[in-house]
Amino acid sequence: MDSKITIRIDGELVKTDRGASIFEAAKANGKHIPGLCNMKGLKPVGACRLCMVEVAGVNRLLPSCTTPAQEGMSVTIRSARLDAYRKQALELLLSERNHVCAVCVSNGHCELQSLATALGVTNVRYGYRYPKLGVDLSHPRYVLDHNRCILCTRCVRVCAEVEGAHVWDIAGRGIHSMLTCEMNRTWGASRNCTSCGKCVQVCPTGALAEKGFAVEEMIKRTASVERLTAVRGGGR
Amino acid sequence: MGKKIVIPHITRIEGHGKVSIHLNDAGEVTSTQFHVTQVRGFEKFVEGRPYYEMPSITARICGICPISHLLASVKACDAIMAVRIPKTAEMLRELLHCAQIVQSHALSFFHLSSPDLLLGMDSDPRKRNIVGILEKHPDLARDGIALRKFGQLAIERMAGERVHPSWTVPGGVNAPLTSDSRDAILSEINIAKSIIRRAIKLFVSIIDRFEAEIESFGNEPTMYAGLVSASGDLRLYDGILRFRDPAAGGTIADVEDPLDYANYIGEGVLPHSYLKAPYFKPRGFPEGNYRVGPLARLNVAERCGTPEADEELAEYRQRLGRDVQSSFFYHYARLIEAMYGVERMEQLLNHPKILDTHVRARADVNALEGAGIAEAPRGVLIHHYKVNESGAMTWANLIIATGHNNLAMNRAVDQVAKRFVKGERIEEGMLNRVQAVVRAFDPCLSCSTHALGQTPLVIELYGPDGEALDRVSTDCD
Repeated sequence: MDSKITIRIDGELVKTDRGASIFEAAKANGKHIPGLCNMKGLKPVGACRLCMVEVAGVNRLLPSCTTPAQEGMSVTIRSARLDAYRKQALELLLSERNHVCAVCVSNGHCELQSLATALGVTNVRYGYRYPKLGVDLSHPRYVLDHNRCILCTRCVRVCAEVEGAHVWDIAGRGIHSMLTCEMNRTWGASRNCTSCGKCVQVCPTGALAEKGFAVEEMIKRTASVERLTAVRGGGR
Repeated sequence: MGKKIVIPHITRIEGHGKVSIHLNDAGEVTSTQFHVTQVRGFEKFVEGRPYYEMPSITARICGICPISHLLASVKACDAIMAVRIPKTAEMLRELLHCAQIVQSHALSFFHLSSPDLLLGMDSDPRKRNIVGILEKHPDLARDGIALRKFGQLAIERMAGERVHPSWTVPGGVNAPLTSDSRDAILSEINIAKSIIRRAIKLFVSIIDRFEAEIESFGNEPTMYAGLVSASGDLRLYDGILRFRDPAAGGTIADVEDPLDYANYIGEGVLPHSYLKAPYFKPRGFPEGNYRVGPLARLNVAERCGTPEADEELAEYRQRLGRDVQSSFFYHYARLIEAMYGVERMEQLLNHPKILDTHVRARADVNALEGAGIAEAPRGVLIHHYKVNESGAMTWANLIIATGHNNLAMNRAVDQVAKRFVKGERIEEGMLNRVQAVVRAFDPCLSCSTHALGQTPLVIELYGPDGEALDRVSTDCD
């Protein structure tokens, strides 16, 4: 069987590897689909709902990171409808927890913030929930601030799939979902954490950060983790 | 039947304030109250946050003097890390602070108070603002704008942003000064100096017009507090917190360790205001009434420590005496301090080590408690934090410059109202003087309650049975 397939993205015919997701197919052809949870080298989970695309013949939107590209498929990745949905998804993320950019270590280097800017989110149309969430400062080098977590699970996956420590998981359901360390231990009490810091580097926001960094100082080294996963063959 | 006047919004100050004036049957003032009407809750909601986030969070208390909060906060964080920061970092922080003092003093004198001083307390309130100054005294208005710009641009050149920069961090600053920025700031020093010279000359020339105001603008004996060096020079970024009581013959207390402040400063609560009323503990409440800010600093210090400011200080003391009591002269003191600020900037910028690249110390939590004291433009600013072993904030106490002056401002309002407010009908000019005395202190009410606000103040006139008889809200009721 031919290892390449042909699909149509926004009307343009492009070739891509058989087995690639729509997200990967678009990327390989220089077309950008926004996303916050997907990351090269980690298994896709479709958590953030920002990479939704329209597929001809399917009457609902599909997450491009978890949908394999198929021969003859016609995909729309930019449309007014998609823009509206993506904006809405982002506003819901922003209203869910306490994202205060002005005092955040990641201000200016935050994927959530950049995407909000790119999508033109100038205000949030939903009431903020202002949940009272804690900050876990128990680890000697790193800090977890639940207020800034968007539950993308990059940290969960990089720790389990690349580092092999599986410190992180998601506890609870729906709006009560929370990142949890080893069955609800504090991070400092973790028995598996190797303090490698990969979870910190892949975190798209300031939820996971190095301690002692002042506002705007935390610049994540996502690319080096991506290179590492390529070398180790993690994910796909 | 007596009356009560309420000024619901004091204008041309930072934050929201209100004054109530109670009158007796004869229309004479019996009592007054200065209220600050918001609460913001910073001390509570920072609990649980990492201590090193405190500078950026507390800087949001104010948009005019965020640098002061940043500095008091990073100093408290330095104490929690138990580090001695590099000398260059210390100089850079002081440099930034001086630039802020200059811009804030320019705002207070030129933009907020010069309309009262130059157009007259009784002039048309619609014109009594910076726009009116632009019409009548365009050169002065331009000077004011240029001086504030000098300070703000210097801050931007050093720290990258004019408001809420992230340059100052626990342990120092996050980037060294570049030679380009140094040269750019230095090139504007002389212009700034000449603006301040002109302003001092102008102020001195109009003093005689304000005899009645000088006599009644908070002209009561109090103690004074401010930072000084070991040899008694004026200090704005760091120093010994000195209390001076002219009635007791001079210095009555020196606080060397910032954490000791609590042995000297108690915090009283006034039932009619959200603004706490700090007092000098050994004297009790409310006898321990003291003032802070430019007037107090010049009373506490022996000298400024820079040539031109010292010359001006000598003349100031020749005119007014060693300890200046009338709060009207906050304006004069503010201008001398602005001169000190510019001269000190020049000294620091010419220091051979100012471009050194070692500007940050790093450490974890080494002490569970720390306090930082700096001089905000309005006076002594204290940040006091407690953290747990992991560095999470467990408790915070912030004593803001305007708070120290609360008791003195209440007394000053009382004095001015008793002198100028009479009868059933309130003349606008009477009430403007009540507001002007508040303006003399250059209070930042949004800071002092850590409360958010737009501007003004309200005055209400009440009868003895509590009936509101008149109400003046200058422009944004």
